[in-house]
Amino acid sequence: MRQQPVLEVRGIRKEFPGVVALDGVDFRLFPGEVHALMGENGAGKSTLIKVLTGVHPADGGEVVLAGQRVRIAGPLQAQQAGISTVYQEVNLCPNLSVAENIFIGREPRRLGLIDWAEMRRRATELVCTLELDIDVSAPLDSYSIAVQQLVAIVRAVDVSAKVLILDEPTSSLDRDEVRQLFTVMRRLRDQGVAILFVSHFLDQIYEICDRMTVLRNGRLEGEYLTSELNQVELVSRMIGSELAGLDQLAGGKRRERSAPATDRAFLEAEGLARQGSVEPYDLAIRSGEVVGLAGLLGSGRTEAARLLFGADHKDRGTVRINGTETDLRSPRDAIAHGIAFCSENRKTEGLVGELTVRENIVLALQAARGWARPLSRTAQDKLALRWIGALDIRPGNPEALVRNLSGGNQQKVLLARWLITDPKLLILDEPTRGIDVGAKAEIQKLVADLAEKGMAVLFISAELEEVLRLSHRVGVLRDRRMVAQLRNDGELTPERVLATIASGAEQ
Amino acid sequence: MTTAPTTPGARAVTRYRLFWPAAVLAVLLLANLAFTPDFFAVHLKDGHLYGSTIDILHFGAPLILVSLGMTLVIATGGIDLSVGSTVAIAGALACLHISEAADPASLGTVLGAVGIALGTAVLLGLANGVLVARVGVQPIIATLILMVAGRGVAQLITDGQIITITSEPYKLIGGGYWLAMPFAILLSGLVALLTALLTRSTALGLLLESVGGNPVASRLVGIRAMRLVGLVYVFSALCAALAGLMVSSNVSAADGNNAGLWIELDAILAVVIGGTSLNGGRFSIGGTVLGALIIQTLSTTVYTIGIPPETTLVFKAFVVITVCLIQSPNFRAKLARRGAGRRAGVRPSPATTTNREVGA
Amino acid sequence: MNANALLTRVRGQIPLLVTSVLLVSMFTVGSVQYDGFFSGQVLLNLLIDNAFLLVVAVGMTFVVLTGGIDLSVGAVVALSTMVSAWLVERHGWPPLVVIPLVLLMGTAGGWLMGWVIHTFEIQPFIVTLAGMFLARGLCYTISVESISITDPSYTAMAQTRIPLGDLFVSPSVLIALLVVAAGFVVLHYTRLGRNVYALGGSEQSALLMGLPVGRTKTTVYAISGFCSALGGVLLTFYMLSGYGLHAVGLELDAIAAVVIGGTLLTGGSGYLLGTLLGVLVLGLIQTVISFQGTLSSWWTRIVIGGLLFVFIVLQRLITARRR
Repeated sequence: MRQQPVLEVRGIRKEFPGVVALDGVDFRLFPGEVHALMGENGAGKSTLIKVLTGVHPADGGEVVLAGQRVRIAGPLQAQQAGISTVYQEVNLCPNLSVAENIFIGREPRRLGLIDWAEMRRRATELVCTLELDIDVSAPLDSYSIAVQQLVAIVRAVDVSAKVLILDEPTSSLDRDEVRQLFTVMRRLRDQGVAILFVSHFLDQIYEICDRMTVLRNGRLEGEYLTSELNQVELVSRMIGSELAGLDQLAGGKRRERSAPATDRAFLEAEGLARQGSVEPYDLAIRSGEVVGLAGLLGSGRTEAARLLFGADHKDRGTVRINGTETDLRSPRDAIAHGIAFCSENRKTEGLVGELTVRENIVLALQAARGWARPLSRTAQDKLALRWIGALDIRPGNPEALVRNLSGGNQQKVLLARWLITDPKLLILDEPTRGIDVGAKAEIQKLVADLAEKGMAVLFISAELEEVLRLSHRVGVLRDRRMVAQLRNDGELTPERVLATIASGAEQ
Repeated sequence: MTTAPTTPGARAVTRYRLFWPAAVLAVLLLANLAFTPDFFAVHLKDGHLYGSTIDILHFGAPLILVSLGMTLVIATGGIDLSVGSTVAIAGALACLHISEAADPASLGTVLGAVGIALGTAVLLGLANGVLVARVGVQPIIATLILMVAGRGVAQLITDGQIITITSEPYKLIGGGYWLAMPFAILLSGLVALLTALLTRSTALGLLLESVGGNPVASRLVGIRAMRLVGLVYVFSALCAALAGLMVSSNVSAADGNNAGLWIELDAILAVVIGGTSLNGGRFSIGGTVLGALIIQTLSTTVYTIGIPPETTLVFKAFVVITVCLIQSPNFRAKLARRGAGRRAGVRPSPATTTNREVGA
Repeated sequence: MNANALLTRVRGQIPLLVTSVLLVSMFTVGSVQYDGFFSGQVLLNLLIDNAFLLVVAVGMTFVVLTGGIDLSVGAVVALSTMVSAWLVERHGWPPLVVIPLVLLMGTAGGWLMGWVIHTFEIQPFIVTLAGMFLARGLCYTISVESISITDPSYTAMAQTRIPLGDLFVSPSVLIALLVVAAGFVVLHYTRLGRNVYALGGSEQSALLMGLPVGRTKTTVYAISGFCSALGGVLLTFYMLSGYGLHAVGLELDAIAAVVIGGTLLTGGSGYLLGTLLGVLVLGLIQTVISFQGTLSSWWTRIVIGGLLFVFIVLQRLITARRR
């Protein structure tokens, strides 16, 4: 049986200053299917969703909904056209009742006034059709995130039953809650609703989805039946595997990795965990060693690193530094023990945009010294100029505002900031994301050199080639669990890492 | 557009930032010349300097003080509405102490009074700081409490009366002369200088700007934001208390009801005119001083022109809204879009919008 | 799950409960302590003396529920008294023209402030601060002196007593209570009202749910402007004069009433009934202090400040636990 797609997107294009986020992407969604949208960071997943929900207008291409070309100008128009979205962060009002959240903006009215009894009655009806047991007059925030999400789905379906977009709804749900959600999703699918499902959990994708569309670097990689594409193939399509080409770009073969000189770990984590962000994991990093963390977006790789830096509080587990058990309660504690952390979100968690390059570079060192012991201006200038030179930061003006720099140069500023504190362990979270190839190669070389000189490095990246090129060992994460730690002994291939990610067990 | 922009040094940028407040001040001063031909004249009489410009500095001194503290608070992304009440409380405490002392004119009494006022200010500032930094109440709400209660406390101290005192040494703070200059000018100048030194020759300024500019990043860099934020509220209260001493000393009386009334609003205005954004981050001590002087000159000008002095408020309203519009990214974006439309093909880069911010 | 829901609901009511208990105990203590305190007329006088504050506080409740703040209310009240007095006394305009005109002016002013706040994303406090400067300044451009009103319809409004058995209220009280009732209906039975709560709960969500965020915001400030103007009209009935120094600091009283009435300053939670109680608490503080005789009027400020502190910390604890 060949149906008409309820939603079809043809040749959609979206540009942001300096980046083409979507480049001629096609996408089809049929009634009564659950369809996965897959892709890594920067693949264009969230941009596509934002175009469909009217948050960003498309620059080119067309959207056809139920056979009609439509122009989606905003969230309201999207809803009216029949596309509703439920986000990971529940976008409802926690202070209002469940019934109100379902009906706000379209409350039943009598004589111009809201008919509360009718609203409650209809809300209860809707909630019952999905077999949920909720008191609809209770405030939304008296329920768990999972229930709130279901309420959001009830609202979305009731507003417009054609297309339902679920953007990472399962990120903060436990196993039972996910099962409840899937039950609801299947019921809706059987009612003929087309569901677009985004999740970082491969198991969930394979459990619930009928088909999937894979995006990579803003382009369509392909559309597949879930039954016809196994997990290894999927992961390699998401991450891509043009290995040889990239290796040549970076200048020759993989670097020769000499084994680290010492055997003693600088940092050992044992059973470190945080509820809802990463399951207990063990990790040891020796001085002079580069440990890579590989895994898909949302696999817990950032969360694992944040625990080591004290940026998030651990629920359990211990950290030993140089053999002594240490409680890292804040970034400040971690910094005092010689740990540095370059966040993946340069703008929001890294740099202070309206300060200059020089000020951003000296910030960590100055914070460690305290306000009363300022670095003299001469010393600041010297440090800034030295690192601007060493990392080739452009423009080479220490007084340029950091927000006016390109992504690659901002990343270098962030690196410089931590390098002047002379850390013993450097944690780099996606240091090469969104920067050009030249800067990428430079940063990779720098990391290797630093390890050579005895620094311990934890290197997180979505690009396997990069991880393999630099790391002595690779920790593999999947669905918030550290599933394997692989020795990078020259035999380790990206394919093996891919297989480990896909299967969740060492291959 | 492809070559690296030859950005002028940050110092040149700050100078550029100060240019507009300075220009406005200059225009205001020159406008006075039209009404008062001898506006810039300064006479030396009995070893004291007199003149309109001296008056502006003299009457503007308390506002400068309060604005200095406010600048640092705003730099951290906060606001302090309680400074007016602190002004009143400080003046009331000092005058009460002096009026009850056996020897009101002795230096010891006056120093005691100053000590009591400043000590109390530290406590008040600490209360604000704890509410904001530790309890996590929004600054505007946290300081509103003291704004409301503080006036009552000031009146409680003065028992609802105006306490008048006669004390030569106390009179010096706000109404006296030293080296031919009104002491108040010297004092506020000194505090401004100290604030500039404290923030710029230690790392305090940098850390404050970092906390105000990006609190998340600041935590990840290991800055102890809580302490810093608490500290600026204490500093703000101290500045306000000094201003309170100055105001009460100038009239040799403490008025719990009217001393420092609405000074918090003038101070916020001065800070904003001086180029410090209400969103926190970059601050400029020099800009704030200029901003305070602009407000004082505005009041003086309105007064000398013969318009009812109360209508200064109308001017202030326009100044507030203009400055805020200029600082609003949305407004700038709209302006930029229009500008870009006119000169088709030129995409406004971040650098050009920064320039427009000042030029608008 | 139901127990949890009940708990959350009860937790939301804690400030309101505290306020009610406070009100009752203050009145009880007053009755035991002072002769002539325990009378219906003392209670009604609370309303008579604070009718204009009640109206202004209703407008402020709308604004605070969206998570905003309006510092201009006191100044707009003053400007309304000034314009009324000026037009009626100096120009001989009939009150039936002047009063609607003043109300329209307040509404338009509020709308404009709301528009600026929404369009340019400037903090409400700074925009309404400018509004406050402007309104106070405009008072003085009309006249620096107080203008007293001798128009017969105004004096009639001031002197009319509406009997309630042995007791009486003023027409202003009826108007104020009408405003409270209207405000209640709007907040609870119209889409606008529910949008106000939604906006205070989460502006981002409201936007994504397709609610008219911009329109709601501007409307809320327009309502506050209208209430301030009406408060000004009621104040002219009470004071029989227009003066630029009327209602100085009224914005603080209005905010205090709203907060003591249990509305969260971060928006999204609160009741108009609470605001009514808040105004009564403020009035009762003054009454107790005047009955006491030995306590001076400034104790009012200190007590209000103390109550503000308690309620703000209480709010903070409640919202912190909710996370």
